[in-house]
Amino acid sequence: MEHLSVKRKLYDRGLRALLYLCGAITCALLIFLIVYVFYRGLGGITWELLSTQTSYINDTTGILPNILNTLYIILLAMVIVLPLGVGSAIYLTEYAKNRKLVAVIEYATETLTGIPSIIFGLVGMLFFGQIFGLQYSLLSGGLTLVVMILPTIVRTTQESLKTVPQSYREGALGLGAGQWRMVRTVVLPNAIDGIVTGCILAIGRIVGESAALLFTAGMGGVLNNFFEALTSSSGTLSVALYLYAGEYADTKVALAIAVILMIITFIINLAATLLGKGLKKKQ
Amino acid sequence: MDAILKTEHLNLWYGDNHALKDVNLEMPEHQVTALIGPSGCGKSTFLKTLDRMNDLIPGVRIEGQVIYRDRNIFDPQVDVTWLRRHVGMVFQKPNPFPMSIYDNIAYGPRTHGIRGKKELDQIVEKSLRGAAIWDEVKDRLKKSALSLSGGQQQRICIARALAVEPDVLLMDEATSALDPISTSKIEDLIADLKKSYTIVIVTHNMQQATRVSDRCAFFLHGELVESGETEQIFSVPKDKRTEDYITGRFG
Ligand SMILES: Nc1ncnc2c1ncn2[C@@H]1O[C@H](COP(=O)(O)OP(=O)(O)OP(=O)(O)O)[C@@H](O)[C@H]1O
Ligand SMILES: [Mg+2]
Repeated sequence: MEHLSVKRKLYDRGLRALLYLCGAITCALLIFLIVYVFYRGLGGITWELLSTQTSYINDTTGILPNILNTLYIILLAMVIVLPLGVGSAIYLTEYAKNRKLVAVIEYATETLTGIPSIIFGLVGMLFFGQIFGLQYSLLSGGLTLVVMILPTIVRTTQESLKTVPQSYREGALGLGAGQWRMVRTVVLPNAIDGIVTGCILAIGRIVGESAALLFTAGMGGVLNNFFEALTSSSGTLSVALYLYAGEYADTKVALAIAVILMIITFIINLAATLLGKGLKKKQ
Repeated sequence: MDAILKTEHLNLWYGDNHALKDVNLEMPEHQVTALIGPSGCGKSTFLKTLDRMNDLIPGVRIEGQVIYRDRNIFDPQVDVTWLRRHVGMVFQKPNPFPMSIYDNIAYGPRTHGIRGKKELDQIVEKSLRGAAIWDEVKDRLKKSALSLSGGQQQRICIARALAVEPDVLLMDEATSALDPISTSKIEDLIADLKKSYTIVIVTHNMQQATRVSDRCAFFLHGELVESGETEQIFSVPKDKRTEDYITGRFG
């Protein structure tokens, strides 16, 4: 008995130390990464970088077009993917009668969320770029992103719809509400926080995406307005980072972009948390 | 005696599970009919069938008829929202929506096209009074209904059901989650409501059945064993199984 408890205590202590070590290593790695990128990149962020485009004639190095392209592509992709994804999630969870088919579709979307994004890039290039003739353009890239993010939006929306208690649905239907009124008035308001969180995380994925965009949206760094960009090669920030780090071998600019991307990601995650919480509280 | 609601040869299957077996029951107007029987005998299933809430469940198959005011509710011509507007349901667990008390009560009327503020105000007050909870909540109609106690929530749900002015009110063990005081309030309420409504309740509580119901129906394994006046069922049951159940010899 005595012996056992001593052994257990030792075991407990050892395990705790091990877990502590894991936690410490993780933290150290993260902090190192952040500090390193900020330390080396922060100095590269200049007004010229943020407000001009890269041009040999004017001798400027700027990523304003990439910043705008990132915003454009977020806008384009979300405007399409949001109604499509939320709509199909509502259909699958609230309307579809054929449970087996729904299970198959759910399995498919689940699987699609885990596919490497370069595959979406390849298919997007062949399909939107070549067959549809969109070539390198924001449109081609945006549509590729729609396909890439759609499963995620469908999944997260479905998950949050499923958290709405069945008793709310019964209550609404029991009062003579039709299916759509029930969905609109008691299901969606109670699932909205999850849907919003899903969207913001999807935006995060768009911001961080490069593989799916290299051969669809392209790498263009020319200042365009939204409509010009739709049909021209438009590199986002992440793609620009890839370019500057690789092709142009300009690590200074690459690190500056990295800092900007990290800040954006941080803001997006913060917004997701806050909005999710805020919407929940309003209930 | 006019049966406003009756079933004829009602059979229901959940997949292979034959949950209701040839049930014939009449529920007369302005009376309280209590459904009793051991757990799993099909009381809730029967009740849900009366306003077609089973439609939600995949794999359900129904045969036979439910006649509400001379209309078979399974007739394709019958609109389920029309049916549910006239045959209201109060569930076992209080399920107010996560909205204000006011919006909970106004939900039904709004669903059926009533938008005027004045008219809604009147309906809300009348329904809350009808459910004997007006005095407790009149000062906080804008507060979330979830902030109320279980017993209050259940009366909010009753008020919510009354707000659409149904004809029949179905209550599935509406007091089983409540304390004795809330329970007796709701029992008093039922006695009061039957003047204007026809009521069908499910209860596990034999005392409650004798206190509030006019008629009783005893279910066992999906079969309707016996139905009749509550007094008769509890004093001279015709079937041996009914007698065994009400005297607590099995359950
Ligand atoms: N959604 C469902 N899917 C499949 N079977 C069900 C479903 N609901 C009920 N059943 C089955 O139907 C039978 C009757 O169930 P029901 O809920 O009507 O019983 P009950 O008399 O209300 O019992 P209790 O007193 O415990 O509430 C049971 O065998 C049950 O397992
Ligand atoms: Mg039941």
